[in-house]
Amino acid sequence: MQRFVLRRLAQSVLLLFVLALIVFALARVSGNPADLLLREDATQEDRAHLLRALGLDRPIHEQLYLFLAGALRGDLGESIRYRKPATEVFFERLPNTLRLLPLAMVGALALAIPLGVLAAVYRGTLVDRVSGAVAVLGIATPSFWLGIVLIYVFSIRLGLLPSSRMGGPSHYVLPTITLGLFLVAGMMRLVRSSLLEVMGSEFVKLARLKGLSQTVVIWKHCLRNALIPVTTLFGVYFALLITGAIVTETVFAWPGVGRLTYEAVIFRDYPLLQAVILLKAIIVLGVNLGVDILYAYLDPRVRYA
Amino acid sequence: MDSAAGVVLEVRDLRAYLYTRWGVVRAVDGVSFVLREGETLGLVGESGCGKTMTGLSLVRLLPEPAGRIVDGQVLLEGEDLLAKSESEMRAVRGRRVSMILQDPQTSLNPVFTIGDQILEALGQHHVDGERSLAARAQEALRRVKVGAPEQRMRAYPHQMSGGMKQRVVGAIAVAGEPRVLIADEPTTALDVTIQLQYLALLKEIQARTRLAMLFITHDFGIVARMCDRVAVMYAGRIVETGPTRALFRAPRHPYTEALMASVPRLEGHVARLPSIEGQPPPLHDLPPGCRFADRCAYVADRCRREYPPTMPVGLAHEAACWRNEPSAPSR
Amino acid sequence: MARVEERIDESALGRPRGDLARLPWVSFAIIAVLVLVAVLAPLIAPHSPTEQSLPDKLLPPAWEAGGSARHLLGTDVLGRDVLSRLIYGARVSLIVAAVALLAGGGIGLIVGIVSGYLGGRTDSFLMRSVDATLTFPTILIALLLAVSLGPGLRTIAIAITVLIWARFARVVRGEVLAVKTRDFVALARVHGCSHLRIMAVHIVPNVLNTFMVLLTLHIGFVIIVEASLSFLGAGIPPPTPSWGQMVSDGRSHIASAWWLSVVPGAAIMLVVLAFNLFGDWLRDWLDPRLRQV
Repeated sequence: MQRFVLRRLAQSVLLLFVLALIVFALARVSGNPADLLLREDATQEDRAHLLRALGLDRPIHEQLYLFLAGALRGDLGESIRYRKPATEVFFERLPNTLRLLPLAMVGALALAIPLGVLAAVYRGTLVDRVSGAVAVLGIATPSFWLGIVLIYVFSIRLGLLPSSRMGGPSHYVLPTITLGLFLVAGMMRLVRSSLLEVMGSEFVKLARLKGLSQTVVIWKHCLRNALIPVTTLFGVYFALLITGAIVTETVFAWPGVGRLTYEAVIFRDYPLLQAVILLKAIIVLGVNLGVDILYAYLDPRVRYA
Repeated sequence: MDSAAGVVLEVRDLRAYLYTRWGVVRAVDGVSFVLREGETLGLVGESGCGKTMTGLSLVRLLPEPAGRIVDGQVLLEGEDLLAKSESEMRAVRGRRVSMILQDPQTSLNPVFTIGDQILEALGQHHVDGERSLAARAQEALRRVKVGAPEQRMRAYPHQMSGGMKQRVVGAIAVAGEPRVLIADEPTTALDVTIQLQYLALLKEIQARTRLAMLFITHDFGIVARMCDRVAVMYAGRIVETGPTRALFRAPRHPYTEALMASVPRLEGHVARLPSIEGQPPPLHDLPPGCRFADRCAYVADRCRREYPPTMPVGLAHEAACWRNEPSAPSR
Repeated sequence: MARVEERIDESALGRPRGDLARLPWVSFAIIAVLVLVAVLAPLIAPHSPTEQSLPDKLLPPAWEAGGSARHLLGTDVLGRDVLSRLIYGARVSLIVAAVALLAGGGIGLIVGIVSGYLGGRTDSFLMRSVDATLTFPTILIALLLAVSLGPGLRTIAIAITVLIWARFARVVRGEVLAVKTRDFVALARVHGCSHLRIMAVHIVPNVLNTFMVLLTLHIGFVIIVEASLSFLGAGIPPPTPSWGQMVSDGRSHIASAWWLSVVPGAAIMLVVLAFNLFGDWLRDWLDPRLRQV
């Protein structure tokens, strides 16, 4: 197990490095990065100053070294818009996103797993068809549009829920639904198909031959096997969650790192965007590492591979 | 007539059909046989003739929702299993009737240890404390000749060989001390060298517990070794039943005869391996008369029109062929 | 719960049912309409999508009070006709989708074939890259591209390519693994064919089925991604109308002019739904093994 963890850790670090290289390269791909890092009304003097400060007049490998060294120190440049170190801005907003993300993920799982199980066990009945239809619709609905529609219906027309910003529990309802729907739809379909496949396995027959009831067989034997693909795809779903958060936070004016990403794009705040990407990457890689370890625990075959 | 002495399982006119999008597949179409205490009955036939479905029907584990038992009786020590409720059946499965499946690779759940899976079986049928259950589990492993049982209990299925897995499956099957064991091609997926050992093991378990065994197979070599009596199945029906020796020496149904002839012999020169021409009829589109008619060397008009009834042809030996009719011209 | 039952009358079962027999007519219709609209845009659109008319601004759709038959779906804050913009937006969606799918799908196809066929280290390395791409929110890269390269068709095409190549690569590789063990490949090796030739001549045709299904299954996804990027300001820049951008523009007027955001978004949903259903049907028809995709 230990070797497995170490191996994955090394891979994650490598990926992060590759990403840093990409970020570094993209800043320089269209001319002088100084133009990206400066405000529009910057003077020639500001420009020259920046060039020297960032070492942009030096050879490329020195620039890379400076960049990486800075990154390891926690210095990813200064946000143009906020005039503060980009990392500082990021960590200020991070807690707000962290309030939303787990809620959406847990909510999605809590809905998707039981619904998926029901759909598989009662295959072909009304439950299955209805949840299937909801899933198909959920996957086709763009989340930014869903958020806007929800705001229109529940906030503006019905006045039941607030339309933006963080606040009390009622502020969490619409953003969580918007963020979670796509996830629920996808996961539910996966649980259903995975469970159906497991239910056809030989060991299920053997379990029944021991005299176990169908219910016990499904919850004890089948589900654990069926959830393995869901766990595998967890990493993919988490990435979708982060992606979705950008849009959801924007629509609901939620002051988190998703909205921060949007602002960085709109205002062409390259240092901020750069920092957001690298910091988010660290989070994503960390979460994936954790999930892989969980996966190795659930499916003993992976551990010994 | 079969005497009633020692009869553990009696199957009468069992019919199990599969309802699929291509029509009704009559997988088991009027099967009858008898199993006695301590006896092994072989159920032979080619793939797709309905043998596995017969086995599954006896424990009522047909694939749902397509599969359904449509008619017949399965009398286990006098009680009709088909009339029982599902919760009653659960008490029967494992405890009074048990089954070994074909592929050891897929019979065991990969995410649980061997120990967990045996204990689960034992726990269903014994109300003992944890420690004595664990002792029973190790004893069960020892009985199927699995060495170092304490370590094996903590192992996962993928860490064991196919032969060993199949022994574990065997241990699980006899954990509840059943009266009837259905073995569905238990050695087909094993290496040839392991097969003999496994068959010997089954024989030993049977001798010790006076189990009645239904041995499903397509291999006549195994039949010769293991079975006291044989029932030959073709296209959903049993065409001949009799004591192994008698059936081998003098088969009374053309299909059995053809099967015997197609087993290659080591001695003598063979120009061409004999085989049976043609294919069995599709199970969702069966002819009204004898189902072997198209491939039979002795076919007559009557064969195609009427299905032959099962007729006695010797001591505890019967077959379903018009040629066995007492008034028929001599063969 | 199998109990003994009466003999079932077989004739009552009727002809074999099959959900394969039910063609997705509605999906076909929607897709056909979309393609026609996109192609014939200049002929169908009642107005120019960029023509502003400030006196007519913020008109509601024709069926609401205050609406006008000249602007069936209303107008936006600059007086531009929503219906016309919707029609021209269809073009954008389809063109971007086509370009991105071909590029991303093409790269994914090649990577999948090379990885699956060659195996070994190459396969390991490529699949690790695939995994890394799939578990990373690659939209961030897309956004970074938009800011550094500037918005436009080229940028968004590259961005979406980055997003989808990995999905194609993974599935295609799976297919290749199955194909390469078949005898005709071994035979080709025996005859001295080079790896390249085998890949191009023998492997590609056999994975084409799967590839087609993947393409159709991803059209919907690509349309949503393009719309999302446009919504975030990283897509095709104005004045070219794009559905995602229309939704974004309409946000600030949601209270007074709901149709500005709701209509284009509904169009996106409808179109994506149609493509998804069509893709599902195609997959079931051609290759049910792909159900896990």
